[in-house]
Amino acid sequence: MSLYFTKDHEWIRVDGDTATVGISNHAQEQLGDIVFVEIPEAGRRVGKGQEAAVVESVKAASDVYSPVSGEVVEGNQAIADDPALVNSDPEGQGWFFKLKLDDVGELEGLLDQGAYREWVDTL
Amino acid sequence: MSSETDAADTLDRLPLDSWHRERGGRMVPFAGYEMPVQYEGIIAEHLWTRKNAGLFDVSHMGQLFIHGRGADTALEHLMPGDFQFAADMKPKYSLLLEDDGGIIDDLMATRRGEDFYVVVNGATKYGDIDYMQRRLPEGVIIDHMKQQALLALQGPRAAEVLESTVPGVSELSFMQAGPFRWQNQNLWISRSGYTGEDGFEISVPAIAATALADAVVAHELAKPIGLGARDSLRLEAGLPLYGHDLDTRTTPVMAGLTFAINKRRRAEGGFPGAIRIIAELDNGPVEKRVGFEVEGRQPVREGALVLDREGTEIGKVTSGGFSPSLQRPIAMGYVAAPFASLGSELKLEQRGKLFDARVVAMPFVPHRYYRKGAA
Repeated sequence: MSLYFTKDHEWIRVDGDTATVGISNHAQEQLGDIVFVEIPEAGRRVGKGQEAAVVESVKAASDVYSPVSGEVVEGNQAIADDPALVNSDPEGQGWFFKLKLDDVGELEGLLDQGAYREWVDTL
Repeated sequence: MSSETDAADTLDRLPLDSWHRERGGRMVPFAGYEMPVQYEGIIAEHLWTRKNAGLFDVSHMGQLFIHGRGADTALEHLMPGDFQFAADMKPKYSLLLEDDGGIIDDLMATRRGEDFYVVVNGATKYGDIDYMQRRLPEGVIIDHMKQQALLALQGPRAAEVLESTVPGVSELSFMQAGPFRWQNQNLWISRSGYTGEDGFEISVPAIAATALADAVVAHELAKPIGLGARDSLRLEAGLPLYGHDLDTRTTPVMAGLTFAINKRRRAEGGFPGAIRIIAELDNGPVEKRVGFEVEGRQPVREGALVLDREGTEIGKVTSGGFSPSLQRPIAMGYVAAPFASLGSELKLEQRGKLFDARVVAMPFVPHRYYRKGAA
């Protein structure tokens, strides 16, 4: 299993040709209290860099982009029911959706964990 | 994911700037200053204020001292309130108006003898001063009290907290103000606020602001609260925010602020926009500010359209968000008068998505202002 990040603050954990996507701890800190999440339905096709989910904090609404192209196999109902889970466990139970990858080659160019955390420190 | 960031150039710093940073305040650009949007989190700060006492730094607001011969009658040429017969030390809500009745700003004005202490919004203060200076006679002077900070302590425990620092303040009744001394400094304290709770607004010399803030939050029932919770608290209280729910396209009658139009003034006229405003009082405005209860969990925010059953646009949301107290989305906005009655079923449209909404009475969360003699 390998973990990658985007500069839009999504993470993607890849296991074979399926992947789990969420937002980083830095992202949830910046958003503050999350009060609403809209997750994609299974079967929806998403393109690399396309809006796949919505996350709303008390202050603002933001889009969550898919780091790679593929077909959604599951949205995380747990965060739709309890959006605060994204604040308390953003890189664990607070995942957004699972995806069947079209092309593992799209993972190239994403940041590894160390590079992402280093980059966040410069923000 | 996407997020909006504001340019942080040419922002001024307020007297409590480092005080906020030391306490973990996340600073954001607001009204030309860097100000704390939150410390531990908006929801926790909001709920703390509803239960205990929250200390807000509102030093960005404009504190004005208006003095000179005939200041009271001169102010009546700018605003629809009763300044001539205004009682001493009783803050009154009023509105600066354009000649067509549009709202330039909303403010609090308190008579101090022959003079008036006026607090205006931060983002509009320089425009307000220019406008007033143009319209006031030569002998009436506006002093911008830039050397004063302004703090607000709000919540059901605010009186008990502030009494421990400034003895005597709990004697004030709601919407009453007075001078106090604290550590050889002059304070001007009014029992008022912008959360729907009991509370105080404290004008303090900037050099003493940090020490006063420290003294207040030393009490275990008081915590610093950011602008984020200030906004969600006032929204629950149904209180309009200038620049969002009020602007030059809205009149006091459209905004439901007719209590700010004094009875004598209504009979006499003589304030900007009087003809239109009195006509609206008589015949009703074309649009009204209302509250919306929104179905579901997703917040509907400023800018969303209000539609009737046929999908015709009949208004706009001017403030909206998630209510921490009610745990659901609430909003306010303007709708065409025929749709403004309580219970009116409407649709809100945001980013192409429709939401069911219903016109409800405001405040969303009952006001709990202090009443003397009440248990």
